[in-house]
Amino acid sequence: MAETLTLAATHGARTDRAADPASPLAVRGLTVSYGDKPALFSVDATFPAGAMSAIVGPNGAGKSTFLKAALGLIPAVSGEVRVFGQGLAAARDRIAYVPQRASVDWDFPTTVIDVVLMGRYRRLGLFRRVSRAERAAATDALARVGMEGFADRQIGQLSGGQQQRVFLARALAQEADLYLLDEPFAGVDAATERAIIDVLKALKSQGQSVIAVHHDLSTVAEYFDHVFLVNVRAMGEGPVATAFTPEALARTYGGRLAATQLDQLRLTGA
Amino acid sequence: MGADFVQFSLTPILIGTLAAIACALPGNFLILRRQALIGDAISHVVLPGIVVAFLVTGTVAALPMLLGAGAAALLAVVLIEAIRRLGRIEPGAAMGVVFTALFAGGVLLLEQSDTSRVHLDVEHALMGNLETLIWLRATGWDSLIDPVALSHLPVELPRIAVVAALMAALTVIFWRPLKLSTFDEGFARALGLPVSAIGLSLVIAAAVAAVAAFDAVGSIIVIAMFICPPAAARLMTNSLAVQVWWSVAFATLSAVLGYVLAGYGPLWLGFDSAVSAAGMIATVSGVILGLACLFGPHRARVGVAAGG
Amino acid sequence: MEAVLAALTLQAGYNAALVTLGAALLGFAAGTAGTFLFLRKRALVSDAMAHATLPGVGLAFLVMVALGGEGRSLFGLLVGSALSALAGLLLVDGITRRTRLAEDAAIGAVLSVFFGAGVVLLTIIQTLDRGRQAGLESFLLGSTAGMLFEDAVLIAAGGATVVALIWLLRRPMTLVAFDPGYAAATGVDTRRIDLAMMGLVMAVTVIGLKLVGLILIVALLIIPAVTARFWTDRVERVLWTAGGIGAAAGYTGAALSASAPSLPTGPIIVLLAAGLFTGSLLLSPGRGVLAAVLSRRRFQARVHRRQGLLALARSEPIHDPLTLRLLRAEGLIRPDGVATDKGRAQAAKIARDERRWDVAREVHQDTALTGRYDGLTPIEEVFTPDEIAGFDARLGPPHPVGG
Repeated sequence: MAETLTLAATHGARTDRAADPASPLAVRGLTVSYGDKPALFSVDATFPAGAMSAIVGPNGAGKSTFLKAALGLIPAVSGEVRVFGQGLAAARDRIAYVPQRASVDWDFPTTVIDVVLMGRYRRLGLFRRVSRAERAAATDALARVGMEGFADRQIGQLSGGQQQRVFLARALAQEADLYLLDEPFAGVDAATERAIIDVLKALKSQGQSVIAVHHDLSTVAEYFDHVFLVNVRAMGEGPVATAFTPEALARTYGGRLAATQLDQLRLTGA
Repeated sequence: MGADFVQFSLTPILIGTLAAIACALPGNFLILRRQALIGDAISHVVLPGIVVAFLVTGTVAALPMLLGAGAAALLAVVLIEAIRRLGRIEPGAAMGVVFTALFAGGVLLLEQSDTSRVHLDVEHALMGNLETLIWLRATGWDSLIDPVALSHLPVELPRIAVVAALMAALTVIFWRPLKLSTFDEGFARALGLPVSAIGLSLVIAAAVAAVAAFDAVGSIIVIAMFICPPAAARLMTNSLAVQVWWSVAFATLSAVLGYVLAGYGPLWLGFDSAVSAAGMIATVSGVILGLACLFGPHRARVGVAAGG
Repeated sequence: MEAVLAALTLQAGYNAALVTLGAALLGFAAGTAGTFLFLRKRALVSDAMAHATLPGVGLAFLVMVALGGEGRSLFGLLVGSALSALAGLLLVDGITRRTRLAEDAAIGAVLSVFFGAGVVLLTIIQTLDRGRQAGLESFLLGSTAGMLFEDAVLIAAGGATVVALIWLLRRPMTLVAFDPGYAAATGVDTRRIDLAMMGLVMAVTVIGLKLVGLILIVALLIIPAVTARFWTDRVERVLWTAGGIGAAAGYTGAALSASAPSLPTGPIIVLLAAGLFTGSLLLSPGRGVLAAVLSRRRFQARVHRRQGLLALARSEPIHDPLTLRLLRAEGLIRPDGVATDKGRAQAAKIARDERRWDVAREVHQDTALTGRYDGLTPIEEVFTPDEIAGFDARLGPPHPVGG
């Protein structure tokens, strides 16, 4: 029994192993591999409801893979995913997803409002006409990210930050309970970062849950309540105050932490 | 524009136009998905498909030919996908391996079997026989309301009309999922859309269009119409719906203008015989694309490709 | 059978022998030039070039006839085909660079439009008196039947020239194919090398027209390279293996075709190459389908076994049916799911290794080593026995697990 306790202690809070029905996202034993190399190995994670959670880890640690596997976008070798205590298929309507900006071709022939309306797809189905209410919901989502004037703009004409806002607006249009974001702050300008974090905090204040892959260690404590550290294996999770410690970071990043911090210092100094 | 036109030109023009539209419609999505060459691959494997169908059934009846061609197209798509995934080969090379090997097999089978009594050869497969799809019973425009004459329309016409209508219907019905999964596959999957099934269905629809069009007009038009009208249309607009309309317009223009130039162009120039209509339709579609490349209002790339 | 043997040993006449040798050389050249294309991920550009030769053949014929010639000179026709292939290549490049269209659309457009224009020219030529016997259709699928002696010499000499050029350019081309960024940094003019590569591909295409035909020449450029890729990861080996495969298919195919008139040269050569490809796809030890299926299943079993033992070590219940089946089959748990002695021992070892890893990751800041903490790599593979003994010293004595 002593063995068990030591293990549990080194891997953070693992006291309640049963899937918590209140948790917006609970993952158990998730293993994903590209070829014969595990990208994630036997990862357990339970995210709290009504909070903002960050998924943190070095490059290539499987952060985006975790999100994609949790959404069922890529196949898992093993593991179980529960969303609000349900299976993925049953919970689709409650999840909104913001993929990485670079995952699509922005030269696609469509407009901003059309992209946002994609978030209403599950309500519209194949045939239902885009009603005034649907369009209003999409316009409202655009207004929340500060882009109401851009509705009819071709998406190729947007800046990187604006593209990110459009993706966020599309997720808002989904009117979900759980928002999964893949690197929402990657390569965006300071104004956009501010706008996005305001929107996310507003979501939280309405009781919704936000989980974001995040790469900037310097803003974790400022933006997030809960953190999940991952580097192929789960390296710790819990409230930022208790889980986001230098020891946990050293465990997660190994020798790479020094370089990462240096980079950040250089970035903020410049 | 009298009886001669109705008898000899009306049906080929209609068949050519409908075939062009049937191919151009799925072509719009294939181009946006960077799968333009699937059309190329499919039209090459149609030959082995019909040869095998002929060897099995011993006839050149339309239905077994179409089924054989469809099966070959499906087989090719499955093989390409399997080679790409299992062998970790880039899609272009996987395609190149599959369609050339199947085409070679088709040619070999054709040479080995006795097809001398039926009209089945490689050139026919490539170039089609649009010029021969005439309406002999027609005596003038009145024939369009004459049930007896109508019953003697070339069978290719109703067949391609049905397929063109099917392509139009599929485009309208599956517009939203097609657009969504083409633009952002990951998001579509997260919504629970059957993204892989949509992709496969698109390719199968393209194969159906290719097989039906091929029967009437040959492989060249099929490849050209999959790619040239949608590509030219892409350079005219930044709206997908408008792009699809442009592609239909360009397909129609290519077919009509191509057929007229092939049939009457040489006469105007003082030659006494027509040139290949299929070849001319492909050429006209290329000229249209060339003009769009030079003057299309939205010819330049604008999207920021990747993050940073 | 005798005829086949005779052809294979080059005893079936002077022309046939020359053609067979020419096909082998062409196959070798196509395999190697195609490897560069394949590694640069531009395999199907060659398809556009091949189809783009057709109007050139037609125009060359018309020009030669207009100049009072017979129009059948193979050399003249090949020059024409090279020029229009070049035009096709430039158009593919131009469309891709100047417009928003992607390369696949550009390839498909050039391929179909040039081919369509070529067919129009062929129908014009057929109306000419001279055109009827020109036999230009043979360029579609290739034909060695009734080939003139000087045509055979031209093919053999052309094949030899291309092989020699590839030998001369092999170093810079390998460098560019393997890592264009590095090649550029070391002062290699990658654009010029790319151009040379395309020139070689064009030469192969043009020389192969009469032999294999323009529809199938692309197979000879792609299939050997893709096949060779299954057997090795090293660029140079891929190059020469592809050349060998191309040469073997070319030689055997041309010989078979020479011995049996109903076997068209092009399709036979392509099908032989495709046969080699299929064998490689299924059976190659590194990347083949069989190997991939087996290793995937082994990997899945490893993951589930390991996760099961970790669960045993933590006294957690196991629900996953595959995990349960694997552990039962190995006698690590009883049918009712309770760990056996053997299972407990294995779980204890895994638990100890996990703790060793924890220490290792504290002690070593070297990510190259600790980065292999992926759940599957045994710690003995990463650290020496004395290093592991060092971790154990910091851990204290082992504890029993479970039960």
